[in-house]
Amino acid sequence: MDLYQELILEHSKRPQHAGLREPFEAEVHHVNPTCGDEVTLRLHIVGEGPTAVVEDVSYDALGCSISMASVSILAEETIGHPLSEALTTFEAMKAMLTSKGEDPGDEEVIGDGVALAGVARYPARVKCALLGWMAFTDALHQSGHRVAVTGTDPEEGTP
Amino acid sequence: MTASPFSPEEVARIRADFPILARTVRDGAPLVYLDSGATSHKPVQVLDAERDFYERLNSAPHRGAHALSEEATAAYEGARERIAGFIGAAAQDVVFTKNATEALNLVAYAFSGSPHPGIPGSERFALGAGDEVLVTEMEHHANLVPWQELCRRTGATLRWIPVTDEGRLDLSDLDSLLTERTKVVAVVHASNVLGTLNPVDELVERAHAVDALVVLDACQSVPHLGVDVEALGVDFLAFSGHKMFGPSGIGVLWGRRELLEAMPPFLTGGSMIETVRMEASTYAPPPQRFEAGVPMTAQAIGLAAAVDYIDALGIERIHAHELALTERLLAGLAARPWVTVVGPTDLESRGGTVAFVVDDVHAHDVGQVLDGSGVAVRVGHHCAWPLHRRFKVAATTRASFAAYNTVGEVDALLDALDTVPEIFGDPRLRGAS
Ligand SMILES: Cc1ncc(COP(=O)(O)O)c(C=O)c1O
Repeated sequence: MDLYQELILEHSKRPQHAGLREPFEAEVHHVNPTCGDEVTLRLHIVGEGPTAVVEDVSYDALGCSISMASVSILAEETIGHPLSEALTTFEAMKAMLTSKGEDPGDEEVIGDGVALAGVARYPARVKCALLGWMAFTDALHQSGHRVAVTGTDPEEGTP
Repeated sequence: MTASPFSPEEVARIRADFPILARTVRDGAPLVYLDSGATSHKPVQVLDAERDFYERLNSAPHRGAHALSEEATAAYEGARERIAGFIGAAAQDVVFTKNATEALNLVAYAFSGSPHPGIPGSERFALGAGDEVLVTEMEHHANLVPWQELCRRTGATLRWIPVTDEGRLDLSDLDSLLTERTKVVAVVHASNVLGTLNPVDELVERAHAVDALVVLDACQSVPHLGVDVEALGVDFLAFSGHKMFGPSGIGVLWGRRELLEAMPPFLTGGSMIETVRMEASTYAPPPQRFEAGVPMTAQAIGLAAAVDYIDALGIERIHAHELALTERLLAGLAARPWVTVVGPTDLESRGGTVAFVVDDVHAHDVGQVLDGSGVAVRVGHHCAWPLHRRFKVAATTRASFAAYNTVGEVDALLDALDTVPEIFGDPRLRGAS
């Protein structure tokens, strides 16, 4: 099946940066009520405003290969990156996942995230791929970092 | 068991009645529909009945004296009679709702903290601290959450019968769970996940011995087994039309007459009243008391046609057919050591629903791979989240059968399942080739 790219399988079997770590400013717990997938995600940000950097994203996730791979890629693509860049990555991921297959994703921006492009053709799975990212933006809100984040409503963006 | 499964020729004839079964999905794969537990497909006989209502009789039943309304009323009440007969009930004890969920909520809502001043006998439905409601760990959310809410409203306590590793009710501690304090026992007849058929006789006997009422969720039994309310001895029974070849938007609540008469209404408004004054109103007798607003007339008529369809096939043969498919599937799964069935692995007290997990692969991924071959199953917790917690699994894959399923479809499921480990097996091992 074209959906299950090798990269997705790799990430889901060996999720990068998995586990919950200290320190963190916000911890959130998100579930996908239709299938019971869950993620607990902690966010640690250093610096303020334009100089803010995602120092750590740690998580404990239980879910299908798509949601596991997505949160693993999230950690890989955001840890150590400026917050503004992480948000650009999020926007690009979301745009790709909700494009119904129109947007193949830009590897320059979302890295391994392009492996999830096939998910956009399966509306029932888009939520799986967005679960971790919704937790990430929610944690960002809770951490009090004042950055313009669009699409933190988990309902939004799923067709 | 005396009834025999349908022959391949018979199944072919049945399938011809269901236009949707001829379609393909994804990239041209024939549809293998193994999700009738979620909702069944509809034969042309049911579609025709609904269409015929709109073409010839359409009007609001029980409202107005014109010819159409009279004919629509007769058709609606005729459907009630037909459906009541199917479960061994009298028409006046059958209430139409939008689905089983609404039917169960209707019953749960009848219970409250104090009797209804205008309804004699409603003391029976007054609950408070010290009273208990007993459910089971295998309930569908529709027969769990309304009771949780009832307990929250009244201060009553919710208790539940646990489930064994084999997926059966663990009645070993029933003496302490079902006591003089128990006012309601709400239980599923056939589990929508495990396939287990619960021992209704025993539960009814024990519940009635302490004067508790028994509410049976018969969503997965009425479509597949012969169900007779009198023989079961329960006090309330609920099911949905859409799982038994009927239209969506119609469910049934059957209740013992004296209980329905003592129950306050759930939804209120037009059609359910006796007299209305500005200050207060009095209510019609059941079943009208529980059918506020213009009812789902076409759906009731469609469901009556579905009942005719089931009767023509023979419910015993439907059950025998589904069990034969279940046996084949269980044997196929048993031959795959990387699959674990959640629920009984033999045919004893069982219906045609089989849930399973694949080692190290999430059910969502299993379902996706099957879907790629046109095999439609359900994945997730199937609205029975506590049951899944009990088995320490986040989600299962569930196949559920109906009269139109074939042996070939069971094999298609098993074949598609064999590609799951090929895709998800450890990449280090797969990379060796
Ligand atoms: C056992 C059981 N109870 C209750 C329900 C709820 O039925 P409905 O969603 O039609 O109200 C279902 C089906 O979803 C079920 O399988």
